[in-house]
Amino acid sequence: MADAASKNDFSVRAPKALNDPTLRANFRRAMDGLMVKRAAQFEDKEAWNILRARGAAAKARVVAQLPELLEQLEAKCTANGIQVHWAETTAEANDIVLSILQKHGAKSVIKGKSMVSEEMELNHHLEAHGIRAVESDLGEYIIQLAGEAPSHIVMPCIHKNKAEIAQLFEENIDGLGYTEDVDALTAAARKELRGAFAAADAGISGVNFAVAETGSLVLVENEGNGRLSTTLPPLHIALMGIEKLAETLEDIPPLLSLLPRSATGQHITTYVNMITHPRRDGELDGPKEVHLVLLDSGRSRVHADEELRDTLRCIRCGACMNHCPVYSRVGGHTYKFVYPGPIGKILTPQLEGLDCAGDQPHASTLCNACVEVCPVKIPIADILVRLRAEAAHPSHSPAVKGGGSRRSFHESLAWKGWEWVYAKPWLYRLVTFLASRFGNLVPDTVGPMKGWTSCRAKPTFAPKTLHELAREKGYCDE
Amino acid sequence: MSDAARSNILARLKAAPRTTVPERPDWTPPSFGEGKLEQFRRMLESVHGEVHETTAAEWPERLRNLLSNKGVNAVLYGPATDHGAALIKAWDGQQAPSLVPYNRQVEELKQTLVHGVQAGLTSCRAAIAETGSLVLWPTAAEPRLMSLLPPIHVALLAKSSLADSLAQLIAEQGWVDEMPTNALLISGPSKTADIEQTLAYGVHGPKELIVLVLTDA
Amino acid sequence: MSVKSKPSRVYYFGTCVIDLFYPGAGLAGMELLRLQGLSVVFPPEQSCCGQPARNSGYFDEARAVALRQMDAFPGDDPIVVPSGSCAGMMKTHYPQLFEGRPEHDRAVAFSKRVHELTAFLVNVLNIRLEDKGEPVKVTWHGSCHSMREMGVVDEPKSLLRQLSNVTLVENPREKECCGFGGTFAVRQPEISAAMVKDKVEALESTQAAKVVSGDCGCLMNITGAMKKQGSPMSGQHIAEFLLERTHHG
Repeated sequence: MADAASKNDFSVRAPKALNDPTLRANFRRAMDGLMVKRAAQFEDKEAWNILRARGAAAKARVVAQLPELLEQLEAKCTANGIQVHWAETTAEANDIVLSILQKHGAKSVIKGKSMVSEEMELNHHLEAHGIRAVESDLGEYIIQLAGEAPSHIVMPCIHKNKAEIAQLFEENIDGLGYTEDVDALTAAARKELRGAFAAADAGISGVNFAVAETGSLVLVENEGNGRLSTTLPPLHIALMGIEKLAETLEDIPPLLSLLPRSATGQHITTYVNMITHPRRDGELDGPKEVHLVLLDSGRSRVHADEELRDTLRCIRCGACMNHCPVYSRVGGHTYKFVYPGPIGKILTPQLEGLDCAGDQPHASTLCNACVEVCPVKIPIADILVRLRAEAAHPSHSPAVKGGGSRRSFHESLAWKGWEWVYAKPWLYRLVTFLASRFGNLVPDTVGPMKGWTSCRAKPTFAPKTLHELAREKGYCDE
Repeated sequence: MSDAARSNILARLKAAPRTTVPERPDWTPPSFGEGKLEQFRRMLESVHGEVHETTAAEWPERLRNLLSNKGVNAVLYGPATDHGAALIKAWDGQQAPSLVPYNRQVEELKQTLVHGVQAGLTSCRAAIAETGSLVLWPTAAEPRLMSLLPPIHVALLAKSSLADSLAQLIAEQGWVDEMPTNALLISGPSKTADIEQTLAYGVHGPKELIVLVLTDA
Repeated sequence: MSVKSKPSRVYYFGTCVIDLFYPGAGLAGMELLRLQGLSVVFPPEQSCCGQPARNSGYFDEARAVALRQMDAFPGDDPIVVPSGSCAGMMKTHYPQLFEGRPEHDRAVAFSKRVHELTAFLVNVLNIRLEDKGEPVKVTWHGSCHSMREMGVVDEPKSLLRQLSNVTLVENPREKECCGFGGTFAVRQPEISAAMVKDKVEALESTQAAKVVSGDCGCLMNITGAMKKQGSPMSGQHIAEFLLERTHHG
């Protein structure tokens, strides 16, 4: 068990990124910029607290009423003409999408950004069945050319610099040549993808908020590819995790005021697209069919735990990872799964199981930088600690998958020993006395000390403990 | 398959412990009073949108000059609209871009829409000062792609329809009673910062957004 | 809980890191309080706040040790702690650890008595400091838990600013974690090393003679790296620094 877990170990993957100066520089520059932009949006602390409380309540209400709101969403969407499908697993979701596409004889699909589609590995599934899926979001398009996974949930190719992108474009776009001019690169992508939009048999998108009250899908974006993918092709398939709801239309303005400002420091995204019906009689454009696929993939299991379910409030803004001192140094690929950063460190172990991602919750100093900026007040640090506990002890919570999979006999013994000493005042004083007199003799290459002394001097035990000195100075007398 | 999944998912969710449903705390969106247009202009211009103040009588001429200067040959418009008719009349006999009507299903007009027009003209249902956003509810008369495919989007905005915030608009206009097929907030020309966080405009949507504010409407 | 009137007697929780590695800082804190006219009591039954076990997910063990600390500080006198991290553990996480358990009320009452040292000096004692030392340039390192769990951001800096011969310089990316994180330094040594290296670089860029901090865990991490790198900078706990400056050591 411990072996399987250690193979996935975060600390084994991290050095690759840590020792890559280009990657380090790219991420440092990008994260610094995003932090500054976000800070500029929320200078008024009082306003931030009020807005955040409103947003957190909106999402907490969704989580607390999830089954009823999903039923309401389904009823409203269906009445609107949007066809709703449910999938327990990503495999089921892939099959649903495939069968819809096959029914329409679709051969090519244009994709707007969707992290859920990354969870599904949808493109891979479609390609295997002879359907071409083209990413239209510029960042996703770039990494599709590179054959890579996104490294950030909002800015997928944040790990790439201009030179790397220029190279990719030169290799993949006929007649372009090598240019680092951002406008030229953007124009080239626009031209290439225009054809794909026009030719696509179907558009696939994610959903930022599905409004249960009205059966509306709210999508936010800057580029216009989201609108194009969901308007030009005759068929639109929207994919969403079951938690991506808003209860009422009234909840949308505060959530919209939180999401872009937290994510990229923008007041609002260029486009907010609210879809409620497929093309109706008399209308000249828009997809004739709109489908919504609701993906569970472990979320209903997370929901069963009163503390862990707060994870499901996430609106995927990315502010947590932008502020994370670990993420900014190792980048998104080190997290191995779809969701990186602090949200990844709590979501992945819950969706995938602690047996394959139990190392993630330990990749944190619990500095709380993420907690400070989360627009919906997810208690990320507390959940990290809770997951550490679940990983070490067989779980009694039905919400947790792979509980106890990182149980280590040695570590359990060590903490029992620690408790034994620290809960007995006389024994604590004895052990610390001995440590102060003999601790400095212990070589610094022993066990866990090695990691410490690789870049730091060995800590020096003081000649007398504070307990001793306090007693000598008379502070122990009541 | 979907039915079984539906039953299982809902069953699991309903079996979970019930937690208190928190109240929504008070939150008031900002308001700008007399400064609405100023706020709107400032926000939209900060993201490379163009704002021109004009009147109900003058806008066709203003538009003609603007588009001629930009070398526009053909403008997409909605023939069944009042302003579409006004435009036809005002530009009749003038040296002006040709007016291309969006009056057929997209399937029949795709090539024109994608390659044949350099600008599209639409009205707006309203606008939002707080974020510098236009509010469009595309209709049969002015379909969705008009404000998306042509590289220049020109929007006619009645000054009186400018609201403080989205929250105010949703409440005042009663959106919850009847949502349109598609409701859009457009807050500038299309952009991206995916390449080294450097801003570039006109990725997939329009490269330019021009708003003609009708101050007397 | 806001203590409006100055108490006459306080308890002092030394913390296990200070006990073993920085007892001088622990003593300095008690001395500062005593010089303000308070009676300071250091119960010998104390050991550790339990944070290492709690953060590692060993809640039962953390609870056992937490209960011993609660036993060691009876009554309702304030408990002053020279560490934002340990204060945060007792203030924020003790009630959490005992949620739904019979000891919960006791944990809540206990947590309300906990104060971080610099916040106590500033907000409760309204301490006035007279600088007797030579001119020196210092920079401040606030620990993550101090800032984010205890909300202590400006108090320590205001104390340093009271010293007329001390120049306080801000350091870049001040709010970014130093990479200690308790067991993180040992579990994720490479990431921790990268973080402390960046922190040392940021601190050195101020050209201050020393970094002053309210948390000895951070200090151990930062000064350990400084020593290994042969840095001209040194580090000191704020209690020790203040006592030296105001009483010639």
